[in-house]
Amino acid sequence: MFTSFFYLLRARGLKVSLNEWMSLMEALDKGLHQSSFTGFYYLCRAILVKSEADFDKFDGAFLEYFKDMERASDELPKELLDWLNKPREELDGSFSEEDLLRNMGLPEDVIQQMFLERLKEQQEQHNGGSKWIGTRGASPFGNNGQIDKGIRVGGESKKKSAFQVAGERKFRDFREDNVLDTRQFQMAFRRLRQFSARADEARTEFDIDGTIRETCDNAGSLKVVYDKPRRNTVKVLLLMDSGGSMDYYSRMCSALFQAVRNSNHFKDLQVFYFHNCIYSKIFKDPRMRPASAIPTEWILQNISSEYKVIIVGDAQMDPYELMEGSWYSYGARDKTPGIEWLRRFKEKYPHIVWLNPSERPYWGGWWAKTYDILAKEFDMYRLTLDDLNNALKKLMVSR
Amino acid sequence: MNLTFQGSKNYVASEELMRSVNIAIALQKPLLIKGEPGTGKTMLAEAISQALGKKLIIWNIKSTTKAQDGLYVYDVVQRLYDSQFGNEGVDDIAKYVKLGKLGEAFSSDEQVILLIDEIDKADLEFPNDLLWELDKMEFYIPETKETIKAKQRPIVIITSNAEKELPDAFLRRCIFHYIEFPDAEQMEEIIKVHFDHVEENVLKQVLATFYWIRGLYNIQKKPSTSEVIDWIRALELGGVPSYKIKETVPFAGVLLKKNEDIDTMRRYLK
Repeated sequence: MFTSFFYLLRARGLKVSLNEWMSLMEALDKGLHQSSFTGFYYLCRAILVKSEADFDKFDGAFLEYFKDMERASDELPKELLDWLNKPREELDGSFSEEDLLRNMGLPEDVIQQMFLERLKEQQEQHNGGSKWIGTRGASPFGNNGQIDKGIRVGGESKKKSAFQVAGERKFRDFREDNVLDTRQFQMAFRRLRQFSARADEARTEFDIDGTIRETCDNAGSLKVVYDKPRRNTVKVLLLMDSGGSMDYYSRMCSALFQAVRNSNHFKDLQVFYFHNCIYSKIFKDPRMRPASAIPTEWILQNISSEYKVIIVGDAQMDPYELMEGSWYSYGARDKTPGIEWLRRFKEKYPHIVWLNPSERPYWGGWWAKTYDILAKEFDMYRLTLDDLNNALKKLMVSR
Repeated sequence: MNLTFQGSKNYVASEELMRSVNIAIALQKPLLIKGEPGTGKTMLAEAISQALGKKLIIWNIKSTTKAQDGLYVYDVVQRLYDSQFGNEGVDDIAKYVKLGKLGEAFSSDEQVILLIDEIDKADLEFPNDLLWELDKMEFYIPETKETIKAKQRPIVIITSNAEKELPDAFLRRCIFHYIEFPDAEQMEEIIKVHFDHVEENVLKQVLATFYWIRGLYNIQKKPSTSEVIDWIRALELGGVPSYKIKETVPFAGVLLKKNEDIDTMRRYLK
């Protein structure tokens, strides 16, 4: 039954399994869609989609697949079900765009067209990633002038048609490839754990259940059992770019910082700051007062290589800040170029990633140059949920 | 479909939510509810239980909860203790096997509602350990060589605050619903369910202030439904005139639980 929708969903990155698909078929058999298209939409969503982060993808795919249906009334007529039974390709002949357009009144036609265009445009804008600040918007159709043209999608009546609901795409903000807030950060950092039980650790924790079991088996005479403690062994070294071009991302970086700080499941967490690039001095304080400076060398010597290192920075600076020595920055003057310091970190710490709140600057020039150099040198990830998860996964595996 | 859920007297359910509930009931699959804290995830199970007139069994999940706890507990210590004093019935293992919440729901003669509350609090592996039990609605107790099989498949409601990712294998078996934060209109309805009489003026002011605060850019912990209800109660008790509510936001501590947030709000207020 309309299996191509199944493949479309999968192609759009939704992890729909055959099990769920069969459940949907069962549900349709039982008539749970209540013979309405809207019901059908909710039924599909409830069964096939398992995270609000995927609602937007689902809405998009749903619109794409069922876009010819938008004019149909909400009642699901018999032909429609037959239509659903057939794959989409066969259908295009009989249900052509032309017919559709002819069936539509002109003004509505125009509106509908605008609606679709608008959707497309938003999608592109979103994919462009653009500004993280921009994503904190309200529902897509709520906050722009389209409404008075006649498409009120901002949910007025309680009963919305499936097309409207999907068209709202109001779960856009939940998409995992969007840029993130603290809570999402925190969730992501939970991935960063490695229980000592899996590693070879001594059995030091008194195992009550085990002792009781063994003692019972031992006819009542005491037999003590110890177990491996389950503790997170991950230690984290966080190096954050502060000030300058990073001010623009300060909100996001502070969210990231708080998330790391609040993830109290790390065995140890060390945070240091630098400006633009790491030189011979590194700072304990984000304002980088000289008093808080410590030699970078000290870190390399005293913080062991089992630490997982996360560098946060936009990787955008004047090329000579990165490539040439004797750059004077916040009281740190030395002959070693920044790139050299960064390479030392890379050499010392096998688990190191670079998180970048910014996109590669498309206007090229200097900024893109240093960005490219560093992206080549480090595993660089954007600060989106998907990418952060990838970065943390990367930190957990040895290369 | 012989059972349908239409919301209840004390619970305002959106249409989508009712659909999801009914889908889950008809397909006999667990319903997984996610949503911001304070959107009434736990209340839902109570409302369903009331609306359908079925008994509600709540299994509260804590960080230390193991899947086994929900099935049954074999009280070895008690047995050991009894055996030393030669108490009667020590050789009857069944006496020491106590069913957990899941076991209780399975062995009930009538269909019950089983609420597994805040499943994400438990260990990452927890949901995986329950796959078979929730699928087949049965489990085996090796100690007594007994299989507990659901007499009536319970209606299972699972809530999650999304603190942990749930495993895919688990998700595949659930019907999923995300409760959105209610808009002003729905909120009005919810408030009216909780209060017999709220002055129209007060209500308007309260909602305006509430959504204004939620909309503030850097509020860390946004107030939710339960907080607004407490707030109205506080305002009623305090007898604050309605025109002052938006202006001064009295009892802000009821709405905002962090000092920083109260400071932020006051800053914007000026």
